[in-house]
Amino acid sequence: MHLEHFPLGLIPLLPLLGAVYAGFFGARLQRRWREPVIYWPAIVLPWASFVITVVAVAKLAGAGHHTALYHRAWSWLSVGSLQVDVAFQMDRLSAVMALVVTLVGSLIHVYSRGYMKDDPGFWRFFSNMNLFMFAMLVLVLADNFLLMFVGWEGVGLCSYLLIGFWYRETKNAVAGMKAFIVNRIGDYGFSLGLFLLFWGLFLAPVVTTGDPGDRLAAPGGPHAAPAVDAAEPGAPAAADTGIHGGAPLTSVTFREVQTIVEDPARRDGILGQRVLGAGLITVVCLLFFLGAAGKSAQIPLYVWLPDAMAGPTPVSALIHAATMVTAGVYLVARLHFLFAASAAAMTVVATVGALTALFAATIGLFQYDIKKVLAYSTVSQLGFMFLAAGVGAYWVAIFHLMTHAFFKACLFLGSGSVILGCHHEQDMRKMGGLRKLMPITAVTYALAACAIAGFPFFSGFFSKDEILWKAFDSGNLLLPGKGIALWALAAAAALCTSFYMFRSYFLTFTGTYRGGQDAGHGHGHGHAPHESPRSMTVVLVVLAALAVGGGWIGLPILWGLPNRFEQWLEPAFAGSHHLIESAHRGHGAEWGLMALSVAIAIAGWFAARWLFRDGKNPIPARLLASSRPAVRGVYRTVFNKYYVDEFYGRVFVRGTRQLSELLARVDRDVVDGLVNLWGSVGRVVSDVQGMIDAHVVDGAVNAIGAGSVRLGRSLRRLQTGRIQSYVFGLTTGFVILVVIGYLLA
Amino acid sequence: MALVSDHILSLVTFLPLAGALVILLCLARRPTAAGWLACGVALADLGLAVLLWLGYDPVPGTDQFVERAAWFLGGRVQYHLACDGISLVLVLLTALLGPLVILSTKSSLSQRVPLFMAMALFLQTAMIGTFLARDMLLFYVFWELMLIPMYFLIGIWGGPRRIYAAVKFFIFTMAGSVFMLVAILYCWFKAGTMDLGAWLALDLTPTEQLWLFAAFALAFAIKVPIWPLHTWLPDAHVEAPTAGSVILAGVLLKMGTYGLLRYAMPLFPAAAVTAAPVLAVLGVIGIVFGALVAWVQTDVKKLVAYSSVSHLGFVVLGLFSLTAQGATGGVFQMLAHGLSTGGLFLLVGILYERRHTRELADFGGLAHGMPAYASVFLITTLASIGLPGLCGFVGEFLILLGTFGSSQLPHAKLLVAVAATGVILGAIYMLWMYQKVFLGPLGSKKNQGLPDLALREWFVLVPLVVFMVWLGVGPNLVLAKVGPSVERVLEPLTAPGLVLPHGDPRPAPLWAVPAVLGGGGEVAP
Repeated sequence: MHLEHFPLGLIPLLPLLGAVYAGFFGARLQRRWREPVIYWPAIVLPWASFVITVVAVAKLAGAGHHTALYHRAWSWLSVGSLQVDVAFQMDRLSAVMALVVTLVGSLIHVYSRGYMKDDPGFWRFFSNMNLFMFAMLVLVLADNFLLMFVGWEGVGLCSYLLIGFWYRETKNAVAGMKAFIVNRIGDYGFSLGLFLLFWGLFLAPVVTTGDPGDRLAAPGGPHAAPAVDAAEPGAPAAADTGIHGGAPLTSVTFREVQTIVEDPARRDGILGQRVLGAGLITVVCLLFFLGAAGKSAQIPLYVWLPDAMAGPTPVSALIHAATMVTAGVYLVARLHFLFAASAAAMTVVATVGALTALFAATIGLFQYDIKKVLAYSTVSQLGFMFLAAGVGAYWVAIFHLMTHAFFKACLFLGSGSVILGCHHEQDMRKMGGLRKLMPITAVTYALAACAIAGFPFFSGFFSKDEILWKAFDSGNLLLPGKGIALWALAAAAALCTSFYMFRSYFLTFTGTYRGGQDAGHGHGHGHAPHESPRSMTVVLVVLAALAVGGGWIGLPILWGLPNRFEQWLEPAFAGSHHLIESAHRGHGAEWGLMALSVAIAIAGWFAARWLFRDGKNPIPARLLASSRPAVRGVYRTVFNKYYVDEFYGRVFVRGTRQLSELLARVDRDVVDGLVNLWGSVGRVVSDVQGMIDAHVVDGAVNAIGAGSVRLGRSLRRLQTGRIQSYVFGLTTGFVILVVIGYLLA
Repeated sequence: MALVSDHILSLVTFLPLAGALVILLCLARRPTAAGWLACGVALADLGLAVLLWLGYDPVPGTDQFVERAAWFLGGRVQYHLACDGISLVLVLLTALLGPLVILSTKSSLSQRVPLFMAMALFLQTAMIGTFLARDMLLFYVFWELMLIPMYFLIGIWGGPRRIYAAVKFFIFTMAGSVFMLVAILYCWFKAGTMDLGAWLALDLTPTEQLWLFAAFALAFAIKVPIWPLHTWLPDAHVEAPTAGSVILAGVLLKMGTYGLLRYAMPLFPAAAVTAAPVLAVLGVIGIVFGALVAWVQTDVKKLVAYSSVSHLGFVVLGLFSLTAQGATGGVFQMLAHGLSTGGLFLLVGILYERRHTRELADFGGLAHGMPAYASVFLITTLASIGLPGLCGFVGEFLILLGTFGSSQLPHAKLLVAVAATGVILGAIYMLWMYQKVFLGPLGSKKNQGLPDLALREWFVLVPLVVFMVWLGVGPNLVLAKVGPSVERVLEPLTAPGLVLPHGDPRPAPLWAVPAVLGGGGEVAP
């Protein structure tokens, strides 16, 4: 890979400055000069980052295919053989991520100005949001695992801070804590994966070139010949990055790891290593995937994301829909050369993705909190992305990541507009008929819903359809029938998606307003819901436009149209291209699936419209009121999220807590109990010796007994707190011993 | 200037003692003046430590600024001070915490202020001397001297059960030291000198090494404290005044890990390699045990005390991974723990001054009335739980990375897999505490209207926060000075000819990169 210098560090630095400014001085400045003094810098700085990103991407586009922009800021860690820099890299993958993050992030900052108006914590909000932008940009621009981990945990911290933004409600604070801790469980996987990868590559034997049969030398086997020459034709990039064929891994940059993994002289040595009965690369990938599952809310670690909706809605849109939660997908795409080398890892990723997609989508069917619907929808859509990444369609995963960022941000911000308009009401049962009162919000929400449902020519159509096709056509999975089962799961999830999205639309925007009666009187400001201010609706319109048209850069090849997005990302994933297999299901099948996708989208819409439009259809109410145990049981189980939270709480949380209490008792009664017992024994011995001293020996100090008696006495003194005498005795004794030793010598 | 440059180690060691004497002799009845003088002396000492830092040449990693003079027995016992990278960072940590501790105490103390100040300065001399001594007798004198002021700090200015805690602390430590004393005497008769350099050259049989190592390690393990010898620590912390806790957690605990690294390991290398698996496992138990027990504590100070057990477990694991990354990470973690846990104890002390309680149940919602305090507390908490970008991460990461690749420890990967759960548990108990204290509704009426940080408290906390961030962002500043020294100290343990007690062939040290990869074939399976 060819590296060109570009001051990439500026991109994360600018929001960091904003965070520091608002964080340190915000409280005081806000009191004196009100909100503009906070929001102007906080909004302008992310936009400036966006502009720099655009300049960088333009430079990248003008350079060769295998060029990356590079900026080394300083040497971070260097110990022994490990060297880690604070260095940034923008290849074509990072470029897409940085563009999405800065663009959507900046838009949401603009929106937040209106949404957070008059909040006393306005400065804190913008400080944390800017800090999030910083961490997220470090995450996507880092050139090595460790710096990426800074961003990785940094976004987790911002998520914690912003979920618990209104921290005076314990519920919010606990939700933030839950998010951080569940993420840490994922990070545990990330760390172990990194250690295993580092040492696995470090210790991988170098095999000299020869016929392929000879390469499968066992680790530790004889390979006395020096390392292979760097001018290996398979590794032309080595010279550019200063990495030579046989050099050990000393840094943890993505470039170097990839070069070593792809080095033909070592590939077999690396793939041949086994850990816990599985291949090294498989275990490494699964550990990293645990990290990805934590950050991107996949089974089994998805539980934090729905609770994260406790944060302000712009936070949900930015962090818990558009950017942070996609970091796991980015990680898998970034490590495509590892994942693609392990069919087992690919199968796990794809299966977890497909299962999560359907599982979360079914929960979304019955939720009444508009944000909860969107939260489960996000979990589900992330599942789609992992399905794509799992079948090796990395560009499709990133494509869906991007379109999802547009339409899901639009949906979340739309829901925020609704919530603000309805005076902080989130229950869709108390909404209805808002289309007339909030026309811009309604239209943008509908357009974004069309996009996520996969209506033809909307952005989501192109990306989701491609995922379904790639899953169907995958030849890599270790499942019977290859990808067909996963395709079926994903198609079912797509049907649910279309249904619950339009359900939320019809419940919220059609019919008559149902919130006026009780809510109005309660709060004393029972005005009708109102459209949000311009600064918010403008953002909705921009995002809706992107949700509609954003997919056009990735038009299907099937239609004979140019797919610019795939072309752009092609060099980034070139290294794993040869490992991805197709099941060769043919163009006919692809056309057929596409038609089916459209049918699914329309079916979902039609069903939702039939059941929920204008709130006139009595069937939903009748079903909910049904006393048939089967209906009630299913409904309750799904509505209560399959009781997974309860299960985790009982088993893991309470289990650990009880273990802790047990250990604390052991510590107090057993470990410390022994100590105190020891102390009591010592005291009794001292007392006995003291008595002997007083009554038996009685002054006539016997030369042999003197030592032990004195010891007893000093121990007794010690226990009454007279330390000085003991120290004095000790020192004197020591000096005497030294003198004796000297005389003897 | 020649006086300063030739005797900088003596100056940095004994300046606080001189201050203590002046206070006791001249200012015994003038608490305010005593406080200011103590503060000035501590700051001057910090200045000297900074000079030391600037003058230290990191490349060779050797002992520098050596001061050597015959003490008695014809020079076989010497006054011998020297400073290498490991000593350097610990001296700097001690000198940094010194003025902060003194400054933090000025309002919380009402009785016997001059004596307190003298004790704090006296303690500082003992601590710095322990880090710099290169003569075993000198080391032992400083080591024992530390106990006296600490005993009084807890016993006079402590909480209700202070006598129990102080005596427990004293006897526990003393019990270990006696074994070390025996071992020192044995070596003295063997070597005929107390010079550390001569001891390093001693030719001890593997069996002798095992016994001597056990004696040294016991003394140090109590000080660390390594599980299960830790029970004095929570009691000492809970009863100690804030200043005592800060010094205890910040510096005194590191005496144990420092002693292991400086004496127990290089003096008895074969024994250290043999015992490494045992100590590493104890370290891992400490990590998990300390973290779990911390979670169920109801007293904030006790919670932080148990978190120290957990964090020091990491240090022990790193040292006995016998890898460059692990041991260097261990030394870094000593420093990071001194900053973050020292900071936490200072912060808890500030809270105690306002509320006169440390029970978690009494707090809640403090972030609203004390935003600055809550923010500083949060940063310190995050540094403590190893958030990347702050100081705690670097040490933990290097320790776990080094241990993972250790060829000397059996089941190293499993140990790391267990130890790394400590990182998750750390987040659990610290955020749990943070939530109970700062978030949610106001727990009680008494939590309303508490004053936020005062100017003096800002002065105490800002330097700590600055260093927590600085060391997280630019750890190379420290690693560059520590790394070469750590590798030098561990050299005897990694020498290829080392004979182990069982006569096993020793595996190749991991960081000998060219030998492993270039020469090939020597990798442990």
